[in-house]
Amino acid sequence: MLEKMIFGRYVPGNSFVHKLDPRSKLLFVFLFIIAVFLANNTITYALLLAFTVLVILIARIRFYFLFNGLKPILFLVVFTLLMHFIFTKEGALLFEWKFIKIYEEGIRQGIYISIRFLVLVLMTTVLTLTTSPISITDGMETLLNPFKKLKLPVHELALMMSISLRFIPTLMDETDKILKAQLARGSDLTSGTIKQRIHAVVPLLVPLFVSAFKRAEDLAIAMEVRGYRGGEGRTRYRQLAWKNRDTFVIFLFAFLVAVLFWLRGGN
Amino acid sequence: MDISFQQVGYSYAVGTPFEKRALYDVNGSIASGSYTAIIGHTGSGKSTLLLHLNGLLKPTDGVVRVGDVNITSHTKSKELKTIRKQVGIVFQFPEHQLFEETVEKDIMFGPMNFGVPAEEARTRAHELIKLLGLPEDVAKKSPFDLSGGQMRRVAIAGVLAFQPSILILDEPTAGLDPRGRKEIMELFYTLHKEQNLTTILVTHSMEDAAQYADNILVMHEGRSVLSGTPEEVFSNADKLSEYRLGLPRTVAFQRDIEKLFGKSIGRLALTEDQLAIAVSQALKEEGER
Amino acid sequence: MKEILSLDHVSYTYETEDEKPHKAIDDVSFTVQDGEWIAIVGHNGSGKSTLAKLMMGLMYPNEGKIRVFLEELNDETVWEIRSRMGIVFQNPDNQFVGSTVQDDVAFSLENNGVPFEKMVPRVLDSLAQVQMEEFLDHEPHHLSGGQKQRVAIAGALAMEPQMLILDEATSMLDPQGRDEVIRVVDDLKRAKGLTVLSITHDLEEVLLADRVIVMNEGKVMMTGKPEEIFAHGDVLESIGLDLPFASRLSRELRKHGVNIQGEHMTEKELVNELWTSHFNK
Repeated sequence: MLEKMIFGRYVPGNSFVHKLDPRSKLLFVFLFIIAVFLANNTITYALLLAFTVLVILIARIRFYFLFNGLKPILFLVVFTLLMHFIFTKEGALLFEWKFIKIYEEGIRQGIYISIRFLVLVLMTTVLTLTTSPISITDGMETLLNPFKKLKLPVHELALMMSISLRFIPTLMDETDKILKAQLARGSDLTSGTIKQRIHAVVPLLVPLFVSAFKRAEDLAIAMEVRGYRGGEGRTRYRQLAWKNRDTFVIFLFAFLVAVLFWLRGGN
Repeated sequence: MDISFQQVGYSYAVGTPFEKRALYDVNGSIASGSYTAIIGHTGSGKSTLLLHLNGLLKPTDGVVRVGDVNITSHTKSKELKTIRKQVGIVFQFPEHQLFEETVEKDIMFGPMNFGVPAEEARTRAHELIKLLGLPEDVAKKSPFDLSGGQMRRVAIAGVLAFQPSILILDEPTAGLDPRGRKEIMELFYTLHKEQNLTTILVTHSMEDAAQYADNILVMHEGRSVLSGTPEEVFSNADKLSEYRLGLPRTVAFQRDIEKLFGKSIGRLALTEDQLAIAVSQALKEEGER
Repeated sequence: MKEILSLDHVSYTYETEDEKPHKAIDDVSFTVQDGEWIAIVGHNGSGKSTLAKLMMGLMYPNEGKIRVFLEELNDETVWEIRSRMGIVFQNPDNQFVGSTVQDDVAFSLENNGVPFEKMVPRVLDSLAQVQMEEFLDHEPHHLSGGQKQRVAIAGALAMEPQMLILDEATSMLDPQGRDEVIRVVDDLKRAKGLTVLSITHDLEEVLLADRVIVMNEGKVMMTGKPEEIFAHGDVLESIGLDLPFASRLSRELRKHGVNIQGEHMTEKELVNELWTSHFNK
C-alpha cells in the first residue's frame, strides 16, 4: 500500500518542469495555492483544472501513474464530493429518492471544492515528483534567506531537513529489518486488542530509537571531524541558477492570475 | 524438518513502478539435521531466499515447503506462526533487535510469544546465558550496557530460547573481532552436532562454508546455480569465479601446490588441518623418491 | 623523515558514575613519520578506539601530549589540524552527510569555506581517485558499503590531507567491499605517498602496513614490521588476534615435520619456500 503512494516522491526526469530552478517552482506552487482561491465560477475552475493538466503534460508525467499513486487521496476527493451532494441543501431540488435529496447548489459546490482540492494535490505532487528533495531544501533555504535577519536559523533548518531526507530510506530499511527480526521471534502486530497491539510496537520502537541515537551520535562525530562548525564562513557546493525559463514561469503565473481576475464572477 | 524450494520466484513491490525481481526459479532442498551453507555474491538473492524460510516473505511464484507446511503466495499470515516457532533466524547484526529492560526479559521475549510459560522461559534464559559464555550477573542488566560482543550473544540467546528445530544464520559473525568470530562459529557447530539442529548459514566466507557445511547452495543473480557437498562445489573453480566467488584459502593453496607438483595431492582440503596433513604427506613422498 | 604524529606518554581514563574509573589508554607513546602506513591492531576493548578518538581531538588525554603535524593538539589547534587529516569511520551509513555522492564529497570543502570554483574540480578529482566518478548523483542508499566507504575516502581526499585515518573502515564490509577499499588506499599511498593510519583487525590491512602497533589492555604491547609481529603468533592468539593464513599453515606444517625457514606472510611466499627447500636440492 505505502510503497505505491507517490505523494511526496521524486522521480527523476528531463522535462521543462524538471529543469526549472527549485526557487521558481516553489514560488509558483506557493502562489498558485493562494491563486486557487480566486476561482469562483465554472469557467475559472475549468481554467485551473485545464492549467494543471497542461503542467502535468509538460512535466511528462503519465496520468495512469498519477492516478494509481494518488488513489487514497482521490478517494478523499470523491468523498468530499459525495458529502456535498448529500448535505448541501441550497438551490433547486434536482433529485429525490427516499430520504436523499440532491440540490443544484450541492452539486456545484461539491464539484468546485473537489476541483480545488484536486488541483492543489496535483500541483504539489508535480512539484515533488519533478524536484529532488534536496533541491527543494536548497530552494527553501535561499528563499528564506531574508528571514535570517529575524534570527530564524535558516541554515540549520535546511541542514536538518536535508539530513532527515537523506536518512529516511536508511531508517525505513532499518525499520523493516527490525520488524522482520521481531516477527521471527514470534512478535505479532496484526492481531489482538488495541492495547495488545500498542504493546506489540514497543519491540519495534525501542531498537529503532536506540539505532537512530547511535546514528545521530556517529553522524555528529563525522561532521565534527570533517570541520562542520555551523553556518558561519561556509561556502556552498550547490549553486542555484535562475534561468530565463524561471522568469517565464513567474510571468506565466502573473498571466494566469490576470485571466482569473478577468473571468471570475463579480460578487 | 526438511525444507524444499520448488520454482520459487520473488519480486519486491509488485505492481508499482519500483517493482524489482529478486529471485527466479529457485530449486533445492535442505535435509533435516544437515548443515547447509548458502553462498553468493552481494545481491545474489541469498538474503531474500532466507526470508522465505519462515514466511517473512511469501514467494510470488512457486512453493517453499518447510516440514509439512507449504508456503505459497496465498498462504495466510496466521498459518505462518507455527513455522516461525520452528525456524529461528539470527539476522546480521542481531543485537539491533534488543529492546527489553533486562537481558533476561529480552531472551524470554521469543519463547513467551510462542506460548512458553514465564517460569520455563526464565529457566531457559539462564541456561542460555551460561551456554553462551556470558557472566551470570548480566541477566538483570540492561542489554544496552553490554559490550558489542556480549550484545551479540544475548541476541543469539533470544533466538535459541524458543528452541527452533531449524536455525538460520545470516552472517552471524559480521563485525566481530577474530576471537569472537571463531567462538560464535564453534558454538553454532556444537549446537548443530549436539542438538541435531538443522543449520543454514548464509555467508561470504568460503572458509566457513568449507569448514562447517555438509552441503552448499550457490546463488547467483537470483537463481540457484550450483549445489552439492563442499568438495563438489569447490572443485568447480571456474564456475565459481563466473559467479564472482573465490575458493576457500585452503583449496586455493592446495591448487597452487598441485601446480608445482604437477599432480593432485589428494582430496580437497577443507580445513587447515587437512591441508597441512596432505601437504606434509606429499612432501614426504616426494622426498622418498 | 618528517614527523606527522606523535604520542608522548598518553593516558586516558573514563570516569563512570557507578563503576570504578577505567583506564582505557595507559602510557602510550609512538611516532608516525611522513609517508608511513601504520596499522594499529588489538581486540575489541584493547583501547584502540579510544586512541582513535584522542588522535582526532574528540577528547584530550588526561596525561601526556599528542602532537599532530608538529603542533600540539588542543582546543586552539584542533580545527586547523582536522582540516589536514582525513578520517573514515566504521559505519558507511553514519558518516554519509550529503544527499548525493558529490554533495558528500563537498561537505568538508564547504565547511572550510573553499570557494565554489575550486570545489568542483576537487570533488571530481577526488572521486576519480577512488573510481567513483560515475556515481556523482547517486544517493547513498543505492550504493554498496564498499562504494560508500570509497566516497568517504574521496571526501577526505578533497581536503588534500597529509594523513588518512581509517577507523575500522572495512570491518562492516563484505569481502568485495573490503578489497575495493584496501586497493584504493594502497594505490593512494603508492601514488601520493599519503601517510595512512589504520585501526583494524583485518589481516590484509595489517600486511600492507610498514609498521604494526599491537594494543592490549590500553598499552602498546609490541611494535614492528608485520613479519616481526607475526613471528610471535602464540602471543597474538592469546590476546584474541588472528594470524595470516600462511603463518597459521606454516605452523601446522612444522607440527607435521615439514622444515620451513623463516616467517611467511603470504601464500605465495610459502609456496615458493616449499618449492625451493624441497625441489631445488
